[in-house]
Amino acid sequence: MSRGDFREGLRGGFPIMLAASPFGALFGALAVDNGFSIADAVFMSATVYAGASQMVGIELFGSNVQPWLVVLSVFAVNFRHVLYSASLAKHIRHFSFAQKLIAFFLLVDPQYAETEQRGERGLPVTFAWYAGFGVVIYVPWLINTLIGAIFGQLIGDPKAIGLDVLLPIYFLGLVMSFRTRDRFLPIVAVSAVASVAAMHFVGSPWHVSIGALAGIVLAACMPPKRPAIEAHAVEKEA
Amino acid sequence: MDAQHLDLLYLIVAAAVATYVTRFGGYVLITQLKYIPPRIESALNAVPAAVLTTLVAPAFVYGGMDVAAAMLVAFVIGLRFSTLRMLLVGWTAVMAIRHLIM
Repeated sequence: MSRGDFREGLRGGFPIMLAASPFGALFGALAVDNGFSIADAVFMSATVYAGASQMVGIELFGSNVQPWLVVLSVFAVNFRHVLYSASLAKHIRHFSFAQKLIAFFLLVDPQYAETEQRGERGLPVTFAWYAGFGVVIYVPWLINTLIGAIFGQLIGDPKAIGLDVLLPIYFLGLVMSFRTRDRFLPIVAVSAVASVAAMHFVGSPWHVSIGALAGIVLAACMPPKRPAIEAHAVEKEA
Repeated sequence: MDAQHLDLLYLIVAAAVATYVTRFGGYVLITQLKYIPPRIESALNAVPAAVLTTLVAPAFVYGGMDVAAAMLVAFVIGLRFSTLRMLLVGWTAVMAIRHLIM
C-alpha cells in the first residue's frame, strides 16, 4: 500500500464526507423514530452502507411492512450498484481477491463516480487510493449515524418538530435526481398513479410493489432510445 | 434480547447481504455476459425511480395538507437546488404551517 495514494484518497473523499454527514445524522434520528435502537441504527449504517436504501428500510420497517418486502425494496433501490460494479470492472481488475471484496463493499455512488473518472483520465486506480477515499466517507457515516440517533432519542413527538416530513421530501429529491433518464416522466407518472391507487384499494405495503412494477413494466414496453451501459449518469445519493 | 429485536437484526443483515450482492453482481455479470437485451436494460434502468416514486406519491396524496404543501415547496426548490436545500426549506414550510396557521 502506498501511503501517498492513501492520503490522496482521503483528501479526495473529504468533501464528499462533509456533504453526506447531515444525511448520516438524519438517518440516525429517523431510524430511532421508526423503532430502531441507537445500536441498530449504527449497525445498519455499518453493514448496509447505502444511504437512500437505509432510509427506505426504516420507512418500511416503521410502517410494519413484511420483512421480505423491506429487503426486496432495499435491493431494488440499490440495484444501480450492479451497473457500477459492471462498469468498474475494467479499472479494478488488478486488485487481489480480498481487495475486490473490500472494494465492492465500499462502492457507494461517489466512490463509483470518482473511480470511474480517475480511470478514464488514465490515473492509476490503486487499492490504497480507493481505500483512502472509501474510509474517509465510511467511518464518519457511522459517527454521524450515532450522533443523529442519540439526538433522535431525545425527541418526544417527531411531528411537533416536523421530522415526519423529511423522509417524503428526501425521497422526492432522489426521484428528481433521476429526471434526466430516458422515459423518466411516464415511468414516474405511472408509478405514482399505481401506488396511490394501490394504497387506496389494496392498502399498505402493497403500494410499493404494485406501483414499482407498473413503472418497470411500462419501461420494458418502451424501447430505449439509446443503448450503452456507460451512458448512465451517476445519481446523487446522500 | 427479545425475539422481535432479533428479527430486526436479521432484517438488517438480509438488507446488507442484498446490497452487497448488487455491489459485486455487476462485476460477475460483465465478466460472464457480453450483451443485455435492450428491454431488460430499460426495465432495470427504471427500477430506482419507480420504487422511490411509490414512497413519494402516496405521502403527497394521503399525508395531509401540511405535508403536501411542504412537498410542493420542496419540489420547486429541488428544480434548482440540492436535496439538502429541499429538506431545509420543506421542513421550514411544514413548521410554519403547523405553528403559525393550523
